Amino acid sequence: MNCSESRELLHAHADDELDVANSLDLERHITTCTACAVERQAVQSLKTALRQSSLHYQAPDSLRKEILRMARAESGGARPPLFQSLRLWKSLAFGATAFALLAMLIRPGVSERDHVLEEAVSSHVRSLMADHLTDVASSDQHTVKPWFNGKLDFAPNVNDFAAEGFPLVGGRLDYLDGRAIAALVYRRHKHLINVFVWPAANAAREKSEERLRGYSIINREAKGLRYCLVSDLNQQELTELAGLLER
Amino acid sequence: MSDNEQQARFEQIVLPHLDAAYNLARWLAGNDHDAEDIAQEACMRAFRFVSGCRNRDGRAWLLTIVRNTAFSWLKKNRPRSMVSIDDDEFAEIEDQNGAAGSFHNADKNALRTALESLPLEFREALVLRELEGLSYKEIAEVAEVPVGTVMSRLARARRQLQSALTQKEKV
Repeated sequence: MNCSESRELLHAHADDELDVANSLDLERHITTCTACAVERQAVQSLKTALRQSSLHYQAPDSLRKEILRMARAESGGARPPLFQSLRLWKSLAFGATAFALLAMLIRPGVSERDHVLEEAVSSHVRSLMADHLTDVASSDQHTVKPWFNGKLDFAPNVNDFAAEGFPLVGGRLDYLDGRAIAALVYRRHKHLINVFVWPAANAAREKSEERLRGYSIINREAKGLRYCLVSDLNQQELTELAGLLER
Repeated sequence: MSDNEQQARFEQIVLPHLDAAYNLARWLAGNDHDAEDIAQEACMRAFRFVSGCRNRDGRAWLLTIVRNTAFSWLKKNRPRSMVSIDDDEFAEIEDQNGAAGSFHNADKNALRTALESLPLEFREALVLRELEGLSYKEIAEVAEVPVGTVMSRLARARRQLQSALTQKEKV
């Protein structure tokens, strides 16, 4: 990494928005470059100053009241003044909290699962954005698989599916749901596909297809490993790759 | 959606973020009076379209409306303040000893003035990140630009802010 790259990425790093591998690269560069180390200090101190200086404006009470009044007028007005009824407010707030608690108790893991999907999509976007798609760029499965040795506490299966139309582009170390995981990158025509792999947590076999922020996501489990495929590719073709991984 | 439902959703989704909405409007508009007009108009739009907000957390959604309202307002009333920055411009590399410094003791007024002096899009990115704590993804949604642009805008914004602050010290 050179200074010009580091000067841009150190902002994303200070904001906790940089992927693991780029962060490591950056740390490495900074230990050898005083100018960039000084710059990072400056960015940190600027961030702290901005956060601590109470520059946040608060909405004046008059504005709050005016907005309540107008909203009430818009929605008919003849009904009891919903916004002003403090008791109703309180019961609404209580109801919402109770509902949220109940939802968490009844379906544990749902929001956690959404959280993983959300993270997977972000990781996919970041891998394309920071120009950091692969740590090991190779279409040779025998190069990619051993590269993960010693970097992970499990061994991902790595296969090239060039014959089926999904050539392997490479592999990358990533971070998802609080653990280091393998990201395998495949290509389909001009579309890139991130396949996140980590050990499956429970016996319930995960199998789902969804869309999030315009990306297709497919979850699968096979041989004790969990696969999460993310791409802008259409769902049908992505399912094809999922099928190949499951074999 | 009935009027009642609409009103309940407005209370749940929009109202909790009124401070955030006002804060963004205030930083974009530059004074209390215009900020109130913008925030009020944005909230009324949010009220009308609240049924279309699918997220349970309406903050980024509301801020997007505030942002669009503010930009149209500025375009109409202060076209000269709308000098757009060039996102494709190669990020200028400051001279190596340049703007770096320590800002722990920067006083509030100096920071405010420096932040107010930044181009609109830079100010917006910093306010959303540092004052509202939005993620890059959320800022990208609000400002309607790719995440990569958010990253480079924040880097350039902080660089300009640093040099505005250090220049002031030297005077």
